[in-house]
Amino acid sequence: MRRTSVTALTVTCAVALLVVSVIALMLGTAHIPWREVCSIIWAELSGGTVTAVELPNYRIIIDSRLPRVLLAIVIGAGLSAVGLVVQAMVRNALADPYVLGISSGASVGATLVVLFGAFGALGIYALSTAAFAGALAATFLVYLMARSSVGLIPLRLVLTGTALGYGFSAITTVLVFLAPHGDSARSVMFWLLGSLSAATWQMVPLAVTVAATGLGIIAVCARRLNALAMGDEVSAALGLDASKFRLLLFVVAAAMTGCFVSICGAVGFVGLVVPHVARMMVGADHTRLIVVTPVLGAVFLVSADLLARTVVPPQELPLGAITAAVGVPVFVLLMRRRGALMGAG
Amino acid sequence: MRVEYDDVEVAIGGTVIVREITMSIESGRFVGVVGPNGSGKSTLLRCLYRALSPTGGVVRVGGIDNQVVSMRTNALQVAALTQDSPLQFDFTSAEVVATGRLPHGGLFSKGRANDDLVCEDAMIRADAHHLAERSFLSLSGGERQRVLIARAFAQQPSVLVLDEPTNHLDVHHQYAALSAAKTLGVTIVAALHDLNLAAQYCDQLFVLGDGRMVCSGTPAEVITPETLRRWFDIGGHIITHPRLGVPQIIFDEKEN
Repeated sequence: MRRTSVTALTVTCAVALLVVSVIALMLGTAHIPWREVCSIIWAELSGGTVTAVELPNYRIIIDSRLPRVLLAIVIGAGLSAVGLVVQAMVRNALADPYVLGISSGASVGATLVVLFGAFGALGIYALSTAAFAGALAATFLVYLMARSSVGLIPLRLVLTGTALGYGFSAITTVLVFLAPHGDSARSVMFWLLGSLSAATWQMVPLAVTVAATGLGIIAVCARRLNALAMGDEVSAALGLDASKFRLLLFVVAAAMTGCFVSICGAVGFVGLVVPHVARMMVGADHTRLIVVTPVLGAVFLVSADLLARTVVPPQELPLGAITAAVGVPVFVLLMRRRGALMGAG
Repeated sequence: MRVEYDDVEVAIGGTVIVREITMSIESGRFVGVVGPNGSGKSTLLRCLYRALSPTGGVVRVGGIDNQVVSMRTNALQVAALTQDSPLQFDFTSAEVVATGRLPHGGLFSKGRANDDLVCEDAMIRADAHHLAERSFLSLSGGERQRVLIARAFAQQPSVLVLDEPTNHLDVHHQYAALSAAKTLGVTIVAALHDLNLAAQYCDQLFVLGDGRMVCSGTPAEVITPETLRRWFDIGGHIITHPRLGVPQIIFDEKEN
């Protein structure tokens, strides 16, 4: 299994991505047959026309489902790649994009908006702006507290991020308790667990730009990530300044995470589990992982979002609950099958 | 390639670890740095592969201060077998060896065919070829050490730094590893604990004690009962190796 060809695997995943994306466009409160989905997408792409009968379904697909699927693809790919980078950067298999405390900072900003209507002047952008501002503040704080005379040390980075994360969560909790309306706690909870229900076309360009830039930088750094994962001492002997490189990765990871969290909240588990699943398939070499991980992440998040909005209609479940519910058993199963290579023997 | 230490001092967190280190190593020589635990051997070597910067003095590689060139340029000339570094992820041995090509590579996989050949050759020289597809984490200490030696070979350096290269190795592989290093024909600076092994392989020995260079010279000049007593705190009888003619020690604690 380890030597699975990267090309074959990527093609398989890409086909799977296409299939789940079409299914995600078909299913929902209104079921739209796949032929119609294809003809509507084709009409949109080629600038063709749709008949009056097709118009309601056209609106559903183009205005509501398509941006949601696109964001799920972009964020799934981005978050899993960030998880991969953070795990190598802090040399800890348990790390994920949120270990740096960024999402907890974003939560404070989002909670202020949801509960107290802060930043009301920004209208519909209030939530994502506040979340991004929170993420930025958290990033800066973590950096200031984790840096030392010899640069960013992995263990210190994890500890600082985790400790500050608890701090921010405490602030969020206090805010929820002080909230004027009892039921707003539910809205905060929903945001904290992540959801793509607020997806609009306005969010797509930024998310795509940030994800593409971030993935590009990570892909260029793939060989260096291998060296970094083997230790600072080894990196130095291989001509890589681990401290400088870690700072670059920290900035990239923070920008990507902050952007994604401000769009869909702190969707857990994608950034932790997808890199491991990719490792189980192609091994630990980052030049392979950087190809496979984002595609797997995209498939995973599109599927999870599809489940989140179709399992108990018309109610939507939080995305984070689905990623965990699907991710945990898959992960445990894969880990047991490959126990020998996970250090068990 | 020639290596020079000129009045090098290293302080970490305000504590001076080594001071007033001056040594000159001719191109192609195999030199050993010996001394008791905590004498500063590793610290000295780390300055050569840029894991540390000297707080005083200059380290020159090929006549050029190695602090003024980029770390990558330095890594094109100096490769290192470092002491234990724990690995969290499940790399194969071949992937570990391939990282040795990092300073040579462009950003992408340009010239990969050549890289594969170089890595293969390095693994054969280090007697690690049969381990290529094995998980590095599943290897024994000695097998890991051979894979790490192969990585240093794959870097195709002009100067090879070996920090305790014979750790974990059985007797056969201790000799095999040092012989393989010697056949590369490059300058080798090795920190060694085994003085008999050092005497057999090194052209020149530098003895460190309390962070200073206390004596240096050929093995015959350095390995004497006096040096042993004074700097290694052990007695010994010196005999001559019947084939190589170099001094060998029979340790004897009662002679102390």
